[in-house]
Amino acid sequence: MSHSELEGIVESPWSGGASPFAINSKKLGMWLFIVSDSLTFSALLVSYAYVRLSNPDWPRPFEIWPAIAKSTLMTLILLSSSLTMVMGVSAAHRGDRKKTVRWLLWTMLFGALFVIIHATEWVTLFGEGVTPWSNPWKPMVPLFGGTFFGLTGLHMLHVTIGVVYLGVIAWGFNKGKWTGDHVEVSGLYWHFVDLVWMFIFPMVYLMSVNLKG
Amino acid sequence: MSAHAEAAATHEVGSAKLFLQVWAWLLGLTAIEVLLAYLRLHPSLMLTILVGLSLIKSALIISYFMHLRFERLGLFFLIIPALVFCICVMLVVFFPDARRLVDMRPQW
Repeated sequence: MSHSELEGIVESPWSGGASPFAINSKKLGMWLFIVSDSLTFSALLVSYAYVRLSNPDWPRPFEIWPAIAKSTLMTLILLSSSLTMVMGVSAAHRGDRKKTVRWLLWTMLFGALFVIIHATEWVTLFGEGVTPWSNPWKPMVPLFGGTFFGLTGLHMLHVTIGVVYLGVIAWGFNKGKWTGDHVEVSGLYWHFVDLVWMFIFPMVYLMSVNLKG
Repeated sequence: MSAHAEAAATHEVGSAKLFLQVWAWLLGLTAIEVLLAYLRLHPSLMLTILVGLSLIKSALIISYFMHLRFERLGLFFLIIPALVFCICVMLVVFFPDARRLVDMRPQW
């Protein structure tokens, strides 16, 4: 096959040769990471559901006030941070450096707020004697702590890494080191972290209020 | 995705108005979820509704905030079906087994 023929394939209308998805490699990489990370979180959520279903004595410690109110507030914060993130990505693609950094800083602020509220909730639970391996409720189901802290802890770690990641991106974008594509890819990660919470919030918190039966 | 949508995507991948609308929808669905907590429904009914609402919310986030709606259809097929399949496999294997453990408990 001659060189010109190869070029013809690369530039053919379906663009299957060089870039089948018509996105840059960073974005494809982030999507593939998101696929694998969503399977990690799915496995944790499924294992949470599994041990909960198989334990009739599963504790339901989260009341409407304060736990559900607090986690609802955290949901609002995370959803709003996703909104500021898309605004940041739009600004980055328009090349508006100042606005991009401002939106990214808002996103980081919301993320940090989320982690702080979540951490106070953890501290309250620790104060009540709830740890990853035991809790004060009778009959004691130690798996509650293991699955709860494992699931929410991994999510909190993702939010924390996200705040740092956005900080690095905002710094680099401001310096002109990186482009709007970098901001967009960091946005994909941030929305994914938001998305995971959209499953943790109902399944761990809302399913814990006093239900019938 | 049609050629028309693809052409549109290169020009416009969502306006501030669209993002605000999506955000409002997400908040609304969250409000419904929280209101459900007051209704004292049967757990299985509650779980079904919550999972349904969460799937709608994640579809909104993936489509608009993560732009997947504006990407090539090939990217959707690369990502979503395999993910859904893997999660379904986990559910099919683990849920019946969780019930089995409950049934195996000595009755008293």
